[in-house]
Amino acid sequence: MMKYSEREVKEICSAYSCDSSRMMDILRDIQKRFGCVPEEVIDLIAGQVDVARVEVDSTVSFYAFFSKTPKGEVVIRLCNDIIDRMNGSDVIAEVFSRELGIEFGETTPDNKITLEYTPCIGMCDQAPSALVNEVVITDLSSDKVRSIVKTLKETGDPLKLVSRLGDGFNAHHLVKSMVHNCIRRKGKVVFAFADCDPNAGLEKAISMSPVEVINVIKNARLRGRGGAGFPTGMKWEFTRGAEGNKKHVICNADEGEPGTFKDRVILTELSNLLFEGMTIAGYAIGAENGILYLRGEYAYLYDFLASVLNFRRKKGFLGSNILGKPGFNFDIRIQMGAGAYICGEETALISSCEGSRGDPKNRPPFPAQKGYLSSPTCVNNVETLCCVVRILDKGAAWFAEMGSMGSAGTKLLSISGDCQSPGVYEFPFGISVRELLREVGAINAVAVQIGGPSGQMIGEDDFDRTICYDDLATGGSVMVFGSERNILEAVKCFMDFFTEESCGYCTPCRVGNVLLKRCLENIIAGKGEPSDLDYLKDLGETIKTASRCGLGQTSPNPILTTLQNFRPVYEALVHEAKDGCRPSFDIHAVLKDAQNITGRKSVYF
Amino acid sequence: MSDKVDFIIDGEEVSANPDQTILIAAEEAGIYIPRLCAMKDLVPFGACRVCTVLVNGRPQAACTQPVASGIIVENSSDKILKIRRTIIEMLFVEGNHYCMFCEKSGNCELQALAYRLGISAPDLPYLFPDRKVDATHPDILIDHNRCILCGRCVRASRDLDGKNVFQFVGRGLGKEVQVNSSAKLAATDIDVTDKAVGVCPVGALLPKRVGYRIPIGERLFDHNPIGHEIETNIHNSSVKE
Ligand SMILES: Cc1cc2nc3c(=O)[nH]c(=O)nc-3n(C[C@H](O)[C@H](O)[C@H](O)COP(=O)(O)O)c2cc1C
Repeated sequence: MMKYSEREVKEICSAYSCDSSRMMDILRDIQKRFGCVPEEVIDLIAGQVDVARVEVDSTVSFYAFFSKTPKGEVVIRLCNDIIDRMNGSDVIAEVFSRELGIEFGETTPDNKITLEYTPCIGMCDQAPSALVNEVVITDLSSDKVRSIVKTLKETGDPLKLVSRLGDGFNAHHLVKSMVHNCIRRKGKVVFAFADCDPNAGLEKAISMSPVEVINVIKNARLRGRGGAGFPTGMKWEFTRGAEGNKKHVICNADEGEPGTFKDRVILTELSNLLFEGMTIAGYAIGAENGILYLRGEYAYLYDFLASVLNFRRKKGFLGSNILGKPGFNFDIRIQMGAGAYICGEETALISSCEGSRGDPKNRPPFPAQKGYLSSPTCVNNVETLCCVVRILDKGAAWFAEMGSMGSAGTKLLSISGDCQSPGVYEFPFGISVRELLREVGAINAVAVQIGGPSGQMIGEDDFDRTICYDDLATGGSVMVFGSERNILEAVKCFMDFFTEESCGYCTPCRVGNVLLKRCLENIIAGKGEPSDLDYLKDLGETIKTASRCGLGQTSPNPILTTLQNFRPVYEALVHEAKDGCRPSFDIHAVLKDAQNITGRKSVYF
Repeated sequence: MSDKVDFIIDGEEVSANPDQTILIAAEEAGIYIPRLCAMKDLVPFGACRVCTVLVNGRPQAACTQPVASGIIVENSSDKILKIRRTIIEMLFVEGNHYCMFCEKSGNCELQALAYRLGISAPDLPYLFPDRKVDATHPDILIDHNRCILCGRCVRASRDLDGKNVFQFVGRGLGKEVQVNSSAKLAATDIDVTDKAVGVCPVGALLPKRVGYRIPIGERLFDHNPIGHEIETNIHNSSVKE
């Protein structure tokens, strides 16, 4: 461990004006500098920014990328989502463990390397993958792991692990990443941008009044691409109309739903389009402050994105009197996350931007009324903001014509799993799952998870259903499962994810998901009874109904939708107890502690 | 006041101030909505979810949801009661609650709610967590075994005592109340006379040396179920006009 110095802690706090709302940045810098945020440093930070030390502790303890205990100088985080497992991450894990001589969760005795698991890092199209500090390593193989460990032992420098660079801006000198974009199908809206004039949308926007801009977005019938599908024009109107002279635009680039990676590609290839969209939103809403909330896993894009922002400032696309429009001021800063899926939920995201633990907030007030630092705030997904630019450029009618009834335009889908060409596809809304599977070369698909773990698992009977807000809604994640896959393994993986990522604020989500998971594990272990299936359904419904935010309101979906669509898989595993004892009850396990304490065995068992 | 808001709760018409929550408006009309994290003088928190009601068919926490004209609130349907029972059971199995020898017995809101909702023992499986006790402070005890993470102490210390002695750390099932010190409670500036010490609904935050002082028969919930005082004491404001 590196010894912390009081002077350096103070310098880091001062770099953010000792502002408690910049706690995330302070903690990220501390973690990066010292490899941990120890108790003494928590005290120092609390003194510097003038908050209770337990408030700092609260934030530190919330995020997976902060740690109070020292970690190695290099932290290897192997992605263990279901797609990575299907691509052999278990073997990769074994090799890492063997080569390093440590288990997961441990650090090498020389304090150099820590080995951990992490949920989806947005690389399902090139799985198995891992983060080595901020460096992304994709398409892992046993051989690669051996050479990674060798290089790290020799040099301690994760950057040395990148030998071949990816395509497009992945090869830019500020990114230098081996990540590939895997753009498989370009549609007419987002990926058609390469053929268009930069700032054409923004120019059109500022030639109109803000209210006119909002009307264009409304007429285009644009709905949010982040999952909830709220009409964007209406959200802008609310935010514009809300009381408060300081307003904010936040772009949600947390992209944490397992199986999604389309925002990663936009951030890499179309950052100017995205920032243009944020600027238009600022103009329409009357906001001068923009924040890009970038998930911690995408830190490898930070320098590049910051340089694009600088470029836009220099060109007069950001800053004061943008494009010569008097009084139109807008700028953007990047807020890094630190490993918490819940921070993709818009009110949790705002908490995180404010420097707190990522607890969602009570609604009302809604962010449009009272969001970031209690001011009206509009949170939009990366893809939504890109659509905005194209709508202004090409017109509302052009956009509204594409897609299906209630779902105008195109949708970027991140498709992974058992298919020949995993990657990002832009389709008009309304495409059926069957067409989709044909397009991606999924020959023997028996199940498809639409919308990530929080969405639904469908079987062949539902393959003629369509991707759109009114049928199969999705923020973009589509995971394909072939006939050789064990559906329940995926369900278990998803429940592990939700129990890890629940913020713990409300009872049903905090406790209920753990209970669901335990019952599922019993069933998988052959210790389930038929009545367990009703129990799962009842409990799942209660959690959905009573939870406080979207996480708990959807987290039982993996179980509920597979119970509905793949019930025989469960039924084959459960059986009536013969001796009147619950098969899941293990008397010896229960007595173990007591027997250890008394030092003798039970006479009866 | 002229601009009152009228709505219906369990078939009964209620008149409320527009800035009230459903929980408070119901309470003033003599209707009890069970709750654990909500408490008078503390900002609404929305964490325990025991006060879940259906508002025009949609689930909402009554403690944070404002009233609105014409809404129809379901507070005692079978569906709602079942949800509440499950949530109360979750709280029981999440911690280690030993009612039979807990000094809060008879005065405990969690226990009282279980009785009111007809739970004699949870059907959910116990999680039996390994939790700590902090008895370092000369006058105050924290037993995390019995903590239900309602956040009352957190809010009371911050908003009523102006001290920030408590805050939550961790997430998911690992979430717990932490004190404002790298050491234990004794190292904080809490005092036994702080409001925060008196707000715990269960036996997690207790003043020392007063346990079992109130004889059985005279405890808070010995004769009437929790919520009884609300149901029998119809507030003046709702009868006015
Ligand atoms: C648990 C959870 C995670 C979420 N993660 C994301 C995310 O990573 N990206 C995103 O854009 N929206 C996410 N959302 C949805 C946001 O809350 C919000 O609806 C969205 O950012 C609004 O933008 P839009 O209207 O442009 O879609 C998430 C919601 C929940 C409940």
